Amino acid sequence: MKLTRTARRQAAPAGIAAVALALTLTACAGAGGGGNSGAAGSDGGPVELTLATVNNPQMKDMEELKSAFEEDHPDITVNFIQMEENDLRDAVTKDVATDGGQYDIVTVGSYEVPIWAQNGWLTDLSGDLESDADYDVDDLFEPVKNALTVDDSLYAVPFYGESSMLMYNKELLDEAGVTMPEHPTWQEVADIAREVNSDDVDGICLRGKPGWGEVFAPLTTVVNTFGGAWYDAEWNAQVDQPEFEEAVQFYVDLVADAGEADPVSTGFTECLNNVSQGRSAMWVDATVAAGLLEDPESSQVAGKMGYAHAPVVETEESGWLWSWNLAIPETTQNRDAAVEFVKWATSKEYHQLVGTELGWSRVPPGARNSTYEIPEYEEAAAAFAPITRDIMLAVDPEQPGVAPQSWTGIQYVTIPEFQDLGNQVSQDLADVFAGRSELGPVLDRAQDLAQDAGDAQK
Amino acid sequence: MTALMTSPTRRRPSGAAPAGDSGRRGRLAVSRALLWPALATSIVLTQIPFLLTIYYSLQSWNMLRPGDRGFAGLDNYVSVLRDGSFLSSLGATVAVTGSAVVASTLLGMLFAVLLDRKFVGRGVARTLMITPFLVMPAAAALIWKWSILDAATGMANWGLGLVGLPPVAWNTELPMLTIILVLTWQYTPFVMLILLAGLQAQDKDVLEAAAVDGAGALRTFGEITLPHLRQYVEIAVLLASIMLLQVFDPIAIMTRGTGGTKTLSYLLYERAFVGLEVGEAAAYGVMTVLVTIVVASVALRTLFKVFSKEGIDR
Repeated sequence: MKLTRTARRQAAPAGIAAVALALTLTACAGAGGGGNSGAAGSDGGPVELTLATVNNPQMKDMEELKSAFEEDHPDITVNFIQMEENDLRDAVTKDVATDGGQYDIVTVGSYEVPIWAQNGWLTDLSGDLESDADYDVDDLFEPVKNALTVDDSLYAVPFYGESSMLMYNKELLDEAGVTMPEHPTWQEVADIAREVNSDDVDGICLRGKPGWGEVFAPLTTVVNTFGGAWYDAEWNAQVDQPEFEEAVQFYVDLVADAGEADPVSTGFTECLNNVSQGRSAMWVDATVAAGLLEDPESSQVAGKMGYAHAPVVETEESGWLWSWNLAIPETTQNRDAAVEFVKWATSKEYHQLVGTELGWSRVPPGARNSTYEIPEYEEAAAAFAPITRDIMLAVDPEQPGVAPQSWTGIQYVTIPEFQDLGNQVSQDLADVFAGRSELGPVLDRAQDLAQDAGDAQK
Repeated sequence: MTALMTSPTRRRPSGAAPAGDSGRRGRLAVSRALLWPALATSIVLTQIPFLLTIYYSLQSWNMLRPGDRGFAGLDNYVSVLRDGSFLSSLGATVAVTGSAVVASTLLGMLFAVLLDRKFVGRGVARTLMITPFLVMPAAAALIWKWSILDAATGMANWGLGLVGLPPVAWNTELPMLTIILVLTWQYTPFVMLILLAGLQAQDKDVLEAAAVDGAGALRTFGEITLPHLRQYVEIAVLLASIMLLQVFDPIAIMTRGTGGTKTLSYLLYERAFVGLEVGEAAAYGVMTVLVTIVVASVALRTLFKVFSKEGIDR
């Protein structure tokens, strides 16, 4: 869910050339592609859009290329406000929850989209997108789209998406004489991790940092594939069930035996650091990490990595599903112009634009099927693009675990209380990682917290 | 302290010698009127938000559930008191603040005494010693997390390795110590500065007399310097405690409230920005203000006592 700032570095030098090229390119694309220029403000005057977004590299690319859109729509200007993930969540939640109306377009994570849609905070985009054949709404990844759909209406469009997978250092595994299957089980991965583990190299890196979006992103997928879940279909908390406990115990033991030394400090960034310096042999995390590991500028293991589906136990797949999406709050005064921009930024043409202007490895991944058919992209991301696509199409956000669930989402429960619940439980889990408490009492307390949150849904 | 106390003669503004009653009243009215903008500003900036906080604390309001907003009476306060997080956070705050203040004071004293001596490069040493206090708390926490306490590549474990000790997973195994360490590092210079000022205000004649009488360094320090420094220590401890009570950055960046480091300020942040429970967070805020008022009124009174003594002694 989190991206480091490695990719930002490459942006500056290409900037000037990019803008110049962008102008010529969109002049062509605009004529045939959108064809809607001029549909801007309802009153016909110039429109200024305010876009609040997370400050990930892909979003910075979007800001860099926005002049192409503005060139094509002379009466619309787009102002970007970039924020840290947590600040963004906070600022945008406050704005939409209190009818602030400050933003015309917001970047929303897939966890919030259904919650906000049910609150009536986001406008329904289905009509606008379906009526435009060029936009090709069916090209969007089905599982991602499902996660953003409430009652058959699409409330946000994915800008880029990700799943999770197993990334492993082929060199280190070869040295130990082990091979990784393409669809490993958790038991196989644990065995390999313990085998490869040495004084200099950790067998595996798994997030342990407290936070619903930190440790509980991978850990919930482990719970799912062990046959556990946060809730059953009737919102009864399932945290005290043996499957949940078995999964968490497995995870904690694996980290203790063959994982990083300081799990409470370790999140996405820390694991990326460890793996890219060859200090961890394996890592189960976001698919976007592959792009960073394959970047020779920031990684010492570029070209040495292998990729496999996220390890499983009882399910077919156990990758998660996350996307950063563009949505339009109900409070906007400039809906038409905002729709124009959202369509542009998530269109096939935009992916072409990023590829030609900024480089093909920087095309936003995990949003459109057609992206994976662009020959240049296939070549630039050959190491991980095919498997990313396979996993993203294979995961099922409607039933990621063994039993049916009443929410859409894999590594989180799509209820407002979940970030608080996940956060509190993960803090208690830190004591288990440190050996200060037993898992049993921690999960008993978690069960109570989860049941309180579950009761609110009934 | 031999000089007689001379009562300060009150100076009158020149030319306004014995003005009449009405003139004085008029001037008083003007001075009062001049006070109003400041007073009004501080009321607007402090009291209105506080009243709003009390209002919110009586609401049941999760920001992500706009439909369920309503009057909750004292429910939020009941859940604050029943939950147990408040008390354990209060304990954590006292433990973290207390240990860091004590450690900073001891170290600050040590460094102040050392820096009070004349040696080559004293100015440079003093500047270097002060630096930690000038680093932004968030930046300091990041430096500690990545460069010093990182389990695999940090300097702390490298140093332990040199003397044959096993590496420590600081944030996981010793979260409380980690936070106290960072805070001590950051606040020792602050205490040191105040104590150094105290040391330099010390009467050199007294020290000389003690030396002539044959008192050793330790005896001089214990019998003369320490009593002289008492007031400075009090001020340093009070100010450091007030500042450390609000500490947030190292906890958010390093331990995330685990292992007994969830102080009141971090708990408040969590209720408001992770839980999005506006009502409950406001109730926690009001409770924190109440506790702070009790502590602060005691602390401020002591502080003023120290200052007033200072005035009499000089």
